[in-house]
Amino acid sequence: MRIKLEARGQQSKVMPYASPILAAALTLICGALLFWVLGKPPLQALHTFLVMPVSDPYRIAELLVKAGPIVLCAIGLSVCFRANVWNIGAEGQLLMGGLVGSCAALWMLDLEGVWVLPVVVLAGVLAGAAWAAIPAFLKNYYNTNEILSTIMLNYISLNILLYGVHGPLKDPDGFNFPESALFSDWQIMPIILEGTRLHLGVSFALLAMVAVWVLMSRTFVGFQIKVLGGGERSAHFAGFTESHLVWLCFLICGGLAGLAGVSEVTGPIGQLVPNISPGYGYAAIIVAFLGRLHPLGILFAGLLMALLHMGGEMVQIQLDLPRAVTGVFQGMLLLFLLICDVLIGYRLVIEKSISKPAQQPVLMDSKIVAMESK
Amino acid sequence: MDMDMDLIANILFATIRTGTPLLIVAIGELVCEKSGVLNLGQEGMMLMGAVAGFIVAFHTDSLMLGFFGAIIAGALMSLLFAVVTLQFYANQVATGLALTILGVGLSGFIGREYVGEALSSVDFQIPFFSSIPFIGKVLFSHNLLVYISIFLAVSVYWFFKSTRVGLQVKAVGESPESAQSIGLSVLKIRYMAIVFGGAMAGLAGGYLSLLDTPLWAENMTAGRGWIALALVVFASWRVERAVLGAYLFGLMSIMHLVLQSFGLSVPSNLLATMPYVVTIVVLVLLSRNQQGIKLHAPMSLGKAFHGAR
Repeated sequence: MRIKLEARGQQSKVMPYASPILAAALTLICGALLFWVLGKPPLQALHTFLVMPVSDPYRIAELLVKAGPIVLCAIGLSVCFRANVWNIGAEGQLLMGGLVGSCAALWMLDLEGVWVLPVVVLAGVLAGAAWAAIPAFLKNYYNTNEILSTIMLNYISLNILLYGVHGPLKDPDGFNFPESALFSDWQIMPIILEGTRLHLGVSFALLAMVAVWVLMSRTFVGFQIKVLGGGERSAHFAGFTESHLVWLCFLICGGLAGLAGVSEVTGPIGQLVPNISPGYGYAAIIVAFLGRLHPLGILFAGLLMALLHMGGEMVQIQLDLPRAVTGVFQGMLLLFLLICDVLIGYRLVIEKSISKPAQQPVLMDSKIVAMESK
Repeated sequence: MDMDMDLIANILFATIRTGTPLLIVAIGELVCEKSGVLNLGQEGMMLMGAVAGFIVAFHTDSLMLGFFGAIIAGALMSLLFAVVTLQFYANQVATGLALTILGVGLSGFIGREYVGEALSSVDFQIPFFSSIPFIGKVLFSHNLLVYISIFLAVSVYWFFKSTRVGLQVKAVGESPESAQSIGLSVLKIRYMAIVFGGAMAGLAGGYLSLLDTPLWAENMTAGRGWIALALVVFASWRVERAVLGAYLFGLMSIMHLVLQSFGLSVPSNLLATMPYVVTIVVLVLLSRNQQGIKLHAPMSLGKAFHGAR
């Protein structure tokens, strides 16, 4: 008896939505096993990891504060991934948004007025978009692989940020700590829920969700992006200018990631520090896939990812486990999702080893499907 | 004059030393890509190799066992990649990214208690030859793995040029359908190529944590796995060019030392961007000639193969 995959013939209607849930369940099971191996009671550890972070209203607000930047980046990435543009650079675009936003804030430290914050935010958005324009330019004009260029730009932006915070942007009165001066009240995101850290920046994530949903499902440009993702040739035959679409995808994603970055420094952080992001831009890649590149799905996946981040901090404090447990869960989640996704096009069949004759048509069938899917 | 020669010898020595892990990863990934599989998980596999190698060596006091552990860890990670992409037809790019995210997390997780510990560093010199002025320093004073990496490169070159199995790997990478139709097992060959790539990534990770620094720090590979991926493109999938490229990238990574020794003071964080900037520049220069890349890249690179059962 063995288990094998058999082509469904047509894509499952249910599995695209069931697969992320299945993946999350498998991740939970493996996570429980991991805790058990480490000598922690698995159920109690899972409770600490996933339930305690949301056990009171303040913490739920914290969850939203963390989910904000992740969702912003993931929404941007979803536009890129829909067009088959493999932008892995949300992290770098976020850092650049935070860095340049901080530069603007520090430059206008003495100025007062309600217009100051919008200018700072705008600087961050433009910086993120400009940083994303580099791989877009290189891809359009030199055919440079965007995966490698965006990854390299992530490392570059991190080093530039470190340079800034250790060098010219360091607070002169800061006892030589690698931190900028604190931003003024005019440069800090207003709190939208009294008694929590929930700030205006988080609502940008919701706005971005709606805007991108409208763009992708209600406009011709969105349609073009999806066609481009379906295959460059079809987009070409349809007469779309591919390079314009590539530009657009990168700029949207860069702008949103930059917005996430500047919202972090002007929001919960309030100054420029070396680690403004615990890998939000990378987490957003998983979120985009887990959310099936759909704004609503991304919202749920983003909340889950924020929960993993908070859970990592929680198990560190409560169970003396390293925070890196977050990364382990993230990696498992994405791997399980990729595995479960095979069930969209295939079904699991348990076959007895003696029933040979049934194999032939199955093989033919799967080949035809394989051809069609190309 | 003597001073200058010493300086140049030191720079060349450091170039080879820094280029070696890149060479090892790139050779592994090259074999993997020749079979038509693009594994973007190099960074994750390297980190797992680095942490596993360090832990084993720390407890056994044996570098040999440490390297063994590093190779096993890298191979296991790549086996995971192989199962997901070959058995479940998952997208290779996404799976590679997942492997890197998992490797970064998992290595940080299991290595936490070893941060700050150090191994005793090893000095290895080839007797007699290492005492030759200049050449002795540049060529004969390295750790053993430098020579092993060159042996590896020569072996892989020979493997693709003159062996039947090498030809079969290339056939699978160019056209898995035709390879299968002449009776080759596409899955088996791809499994082996992927696991070889993982083992090499693990070994390179071990090089970093056992010989180069020798300590374990989170994310200590600092993008070398990604640079190696660019290196394979740079080498247009040819072993001899990968060797050249690895040392070229090695030189770029130690540029901050070179500039500092010439008395130029540039902030270290800015200099640290050099290898990444150079990687982008090299990629741009290369990919201008898209036809050339298409010509050299394995035809089926990155595409899932559904035919075999």
